[in-house]
Amino acid sequence: MALDKPYKDIPGTTVFDSDMARAGYHVNQFCMTLMKKENRQQFRADERAYVDQWPMTEEQKQAVLDRDYNKLLKLGANVYYFSKLFFTDKMSFQKAASLMTGMSEEEYLAMMVGGGRSPEGNRYVGEKNDG
Amino acid sequence: MARVTAGVATSHVPAIGAAVDLGKTDEPYWKPVFAGYEFSKNWIANEKPDVIFLVYNDHATAFGLENTPTFAIGCADEYEIADEGWGARPIPVVKGAAGLAWHVRQAVIQDDFDLTTVNEMKVDHGLTVPLTLMFGQPEVWPCLVIPFAVNVIVYPPPSGQRCYLLGKSIRNAIDSYDEDLNVQVWGTGGMSHQLQGPRAGLINQEFDKKFLDDLVGNPQVLAKIPHIDYMREAGSEGIELVMWLIMRGALDDDVNEIHRHYHVPASNTAVGHIILENKQ
Repeated sequence: MALDKPYKDIPGTTVFDSDMARAGYHVNQFCMTLMKKENRQQFRADERAYVDQWPMTEEQKQAVLDRDYNKLLKLGANVYYFSKLFFTDKMSFQKAASLMTGMSEEEYLAMMVGGGRSPEGNRYVGEKNDG
Repeated sequence: MARVTAGVATSHVPAIGAAVDLGKTDEPYWKPVFAGYEFSKNWIANEKPDVIFLVYNDHATAFGLENTPTFAIGCADEYEIADEGWGARPIPVVKGAAGLAWHVRQAVIQDDFDLTTVNEMKVDHGLTVPLTLMFGQPEVWPCLVIPFAVNVIVYPPPSGQRCYLLGKSIRNAIDSYDEDLNVQVWGTGGMSHQLQGPRAGLINQEFDKKFLDDLVGNPQVLAKIPHIDYMREAGSEGIELVMWLIMRGALDDDVNEIHRHYHVPASNTAVGHIILENKQ
């Protein structure tokens, strides 16, 4: 019997559950290696050669190289893992989050200073302000 | 005997640590975040706890997918500060309270909570930002720390009820330790926030304020909140709030609220902070 996943209808959200963690195992473990300075240097020197050391899917590798964070989420990467990737790029968590929302960093900052994204209309897929 | 005197809850946003480390605390954006901790720094300077039992989550730092314990207790004498991708924070190493930690570990496992025992572990912002918020920038941390890591990243985290009951078990274990120690239990993480996907930036102030209210006088109700409600109402990372229930479970049912602070935003997150004291 399939597991109950009541979180599937939360808009704009990927829950890092068993299926995602399994699919994203290698891409997440690749991200973990970026906690070492020498690995960050190696990665920067030749990103393609570095990601090729990991048995990720080609789609996962390309999403890493493209810094396509929403794609990474869909392919099983978790934000706390790929934060190592954007920290390697000297990018803040706020900037990375703004990229995932499709807003400019300024718009995103203004939204946060204004109290954040309201849950109103953002609880269920199909609501007015869907994701 | 060891005694639990107080509980502290606080968010542990990494940007808060960076703001302190880079000397930005007086900037208009950050000032209101830190203002709410001035009381707390004075309070803890007077309280002088010997040990902080610090409930936090590791953010894919010490524990990746190769090993993901639901509950892990640090039993070592020392914990290095982790490099999370931008170099290690320039703060003192964390000294462990190994004697009490090994004691709690044994007592709590015998009470049916199956903890993972950890002796080699680097600690990340989840543990260090709360220390910075409460103690500022000392040369050495003024007390010992027992790191207690909870998995809230690989779904599912433990339930709120499980966390609340675990807190009670930890309390009993601390109470039965012979050394005369002033112990505080801290719960960290939260409040509402979502760091991922198109819904990133979600903040639910109403949810957070009710959570703070109920944490004081109605924790049994909070313990019943299902995971789906945290994720839908308080953002996918708001689920970290289950860790606050471990702290609350370790206190008496009846507590005094000493201090409260709430501010939006710090980076992507609603900052919540509360200090609760046992009455005796």
